[in-house]
Amino acid sequence: MRWIWIDRILELEHGARCVARKAVSRAEDVVHQGPHGEPPRLPASLVLEGMAQTAGILVGHAASFRHPVILAKVGRARFHDRATAGLTIRHEATLDRIDASGAAAHGEAELLDPASGASHPLASIELVFSHLDELPTDAEGPSPPTDHNFVFTETFMDLLRRSGFAADPGAATGTSS
Amino acid sequence: MTMSEEDVFQKVQGVLEEALGVDEDEVTREAKLVEDLGAESIDFLDIAFRLEKAFGVKLEQNELFPDHVLNDPQYVSDGQVTDAGIEELKRRMPHVDLTSFEQSRKVEDFSNVFTVEALVKFMQNKLSEA
Repeated sequence: MRWIWIDRILELEHGARCVARKAVSRAEDVVHQGPHGEPPRLPASLVLEGMAQTAGILVGHAASFRHPVILAKVGRARFHDRATAGLTIRHEATLDRIDASGAAAHGEAELLDPASGASHPLASIELVFSHLDELPTDAEGPSPPTDHNFVFTETFMDLLRRSGFAADPGAATGTSS
Repeated sequence: MTMSEEDVFQKVQGVLEEALGVDEDEVTREAKLVEDLGAESIDFLDIAFRLEKAFGVKLEQNELFPDHVLNDPQYVSDGQVTDAGIEELKRRMPHVDLTSFEQSRKVEDFSNVFTVEALVKFMQNKLSEA
């Protein structure tokens, strides 16, 4: 299983915000029925992980993926609903603060019903990230954010590329088509 | 507009309640961030970010919690802060009372210097510079 809880990045504004999408599918082993016969749902912890990945990409992208970025703290997480199968989650992460030590971000997750187009709030989450030591750069600029960066692995960079964004912040701001 | 010392305290109190998930009555002026309020290392980064937001000021890295001094071999020897280290801490942290820490000088005791009162004094100094 790939540990990635977003399917696509929809928007990425350098150092500002990132929007990602995740379809909740019954095919996923982790999407299971609730204890009292409730419809199958994605556990709240994995909704949180999806938001952390959305915000983590935003934080990493802000520094050209030079630092491994790790989730250090969940300040507050409020869940308004459950992410039931058949719906789509829209994660929107906003960067509040970033420096060499780390970053703070907050996220709003929404549930979208593909059938009706209706949406409603799913969760509000505050996150603090820590920058590990800055990774080496070569003479041409930032090193490729793959092998030596255990956080932004090729899986994440592939997601970024397939969503229409490049690792180079100068080329990656905007909206995916 | 100048904030009163009580206003600064109340804002700091609010920041610590949110950052550490503690109750208002726990955040007394004498409370130690680590020992009494359960702060961990990453909380210090969170607290600094929240103070910036609450007071509308910019804090430089390590300005509030210059613990990097303790990683500098010129200021620490055998797990204890040297005279030069104490002087450096006093220079960087005029808002903190180092009297007790000067007795032990043990690096492991350093976190106890961070009290709510120290944060209030720090923010007052910071606001007076603005």
